[in-house]
Amino acid sequence: MRFIFKTDYAQDIRLFKHGGQVFWYGLLMLALLAAPWWAGEYVMSQLHFILIYSIVGFGLMMLTGFTGQVSLGHAAFLAVGAYTEALLQAAGMPFLVSITCAALFAAIAGLIVGLPALRLKGIYLAIATLAFNVIVEEIITRWHGLTGGNEGKHVKPVQLLGWTLDSDEAFYYLCLALTVLCCLACVNLLRSPTGRAFVAIRDSEISASCMGVNPAQYKTLAFAFSAALTGVGGALYAHKIAFISPEQFTLFQSIELITIVILGGIGFLHGAVLGAAFIIVLPQLLSIAKGYLPEGMAPGGLQAVVFGLILILFIIFEPLGLYGRWLKIRTYFELFPFYRRGMFRRQKSYMKSERLR
Amino acid sequence: MVELLQLLVAGVSLGCVYALVALGFVLIYKATETVNFAQGDLMMLGAFFALTASVMMGWPYWATILFAIACMAAVGMLIERLVLRPVLGQPAFTVVMITIGVGYVLRGAVTMVPGWGTETYQIPTPFADEVWRLGGVILPVQQLMAITMTAALCAALYFFFRRSKLGVAMQATSQNQLAAYYMGIPVRRVNMMIWGLSAGVAAFAGILLAPVTFVHSNMGFIGLKAFPAAVVGGFGSVPGAIVGGLIIGLVEALAGFYLPEGFKDVAAYVVVLVVLLVWPSGIFGDTGKKKV
Repeated sequence: MRFIFKTDYAQDIRLFKHGGQVFWYGLLMLALLAAPWWAGEYVMSQLHFILIYSIVGFGLMMLTGFTGQVSLGHAAFLAVGAYTEALLQAAGMPFLVSITCAALFAAIAGLIVGLPALRLKGIYLAIATLAFNVIVEEIITRWHGLTGGNEGKHVKPVQLLGWTLDSDEAFYYLCLALTVLCCLACVNLLRSPTGRAFVAIRDSEISASCMGVNPAQYKTLAFAFSAALTGVGGALYAHKIAFISPEQFTLFQSIELITIVILGGIGFLHGAVLGAAFIIVLPQLLSIAKGYLPEGMAPGGLQAVVFGLILILFIIFEPLGLYGRWLKIRTYFELFPFYRRGMFRRQKSYMKSERLR
Repeated sequence: MVELLQLLVAGVSLGCVYALVALGFVLIYKATETVNFAQGDLMMLGAFFALTASVMMGWPYWATILFAIACMAAVGMLIERLVLRPVLGQPAFTVVMITIGVGYVLRGAVTMVPGWGTETYQIPTPFADEVWRLGGVILPVQQLMAITMTAALCAALYFFFRRSKLGVAMQATSQNQLAAYYMGIPVRRVNMMIWGLSAGVAAFAGILLAPVTFVHSNMGFIGLKAFPAAVVGGFGSVPGAIVGGLIIGLVEALAGFYLPEGFKDVAAYVVVLVVLLVWPSGIFGDTGKKKV
């Protein structure tokens, strides 16, 4: 057990709380930097996806995990990012400009969604974002001249400062750099007054506004920031897949994205990465399991059943998600042999009506 | 004019199905204040039960309906007992995610049941091709039946919530769980019953929808159209669900005819965004101010 003796307020908001964190995150960084040497072609490809989904996960975590706003429409922001990137690249824009635009346009879309969010709450907000997702998907399908409609659109590899990043390794380093940047942006935002305002709104909007936080302003900001990160993720996603079409950005994609946050652990940035890794690895495990299915059963069904069951079981038995599980394991060893089973137990709570607000 | 009337009838009958699914949402929302994203999938499962009874066992239509409703009521209660009771009293969004999970499981499980699978089926109805002619308007009996049955069910449910002890208990549970406990209402049992009731309504909607979309494992996606219906009317209001369903059905029918292609599919969602901008909790939604 480590006790940090704090002598200064600055220690509370330091990026790394103690030397152990520097060591472990440094080690993780080294392992990730060395990935092209230890990972095969297949694993590399999965790592791309994990990094991309992590960026999206960060975005969603900032919104859902830290500001408490639910979104079932993040696939729309992903689509805005992906199509902006694809179109601007086709128009000959350099990558740094196009990805900035992707983030910017997604942020503008986020602002648009954020506006009704000022008045809507809980489930009404979820439905509004859901409606937004469906509308964006339909616009992409119908705006044939710009997006290619259902035939989709091909995306060329990234051109960065004169290099063509068409190898797995080069694209990997690009993804890694952007993921680290986005992660740092989130961490820094969270230790700034803005981030603390987000958390205050999540915990109690009324108390937050009593403390001088303007909920409208910060909710809109959270939506825009979250959408911008998702847009960056979308741009990378477009390059990774190399072919984008409207059916990649449906409501089910949105549900998958929100699942990243739930499975990873709501309210922890680590959760976004863990959740992303889980979501990417799960289908691979399932495709192995499919070999053992009895004859005549549709394999498509198994995936849905397992996905649903995992979601249900996680929420019932591990509401803090994968990161929560890790916290429990770590606490067990730190306190050994004094860990009690009830340490992380949810308090018995009674549902509060959202109808009265 | 005749054309418009024809469209209106089609819109109303489609709206009735939306209204029934929306009614399922509203029932659960009223009692437990959770939105059941699996409602469409419950409807799909109900249609499959009806299919089993009518095609595979050869039962008459009315028996099929009763069978499907009974089965689904049991399934609904089972889901509540197994999945939702452990998270009773947790934040609404947690429960929403759990119902999304339930939806996935149901959708996947149906494709794995031998005899159901991924094919598309049809349930024979006694009045499949009958039509009434009124002036120049052709009224398919099927659609009229859907409208009548929905109206009857709604009236029954309205009086249930207004007059019966259980209905009032359900409303009390929804408004303040803790206070309901204090008043001696068995909150858990009430929740279980409301899930059974809602799943039964879903089965009914599934049977009414079967002649329109046929029965297949993805027919539950119509539940996504019923959301706007429930939201437009205001979650938690039974008449609201009906009005919302009718509005969505009519808008969709009219948009499909008068607007260019593509508007039909998004019409429902455009309507819901507009309504939410004007009334943040739906047309009939009941919101009060919370005292700090």
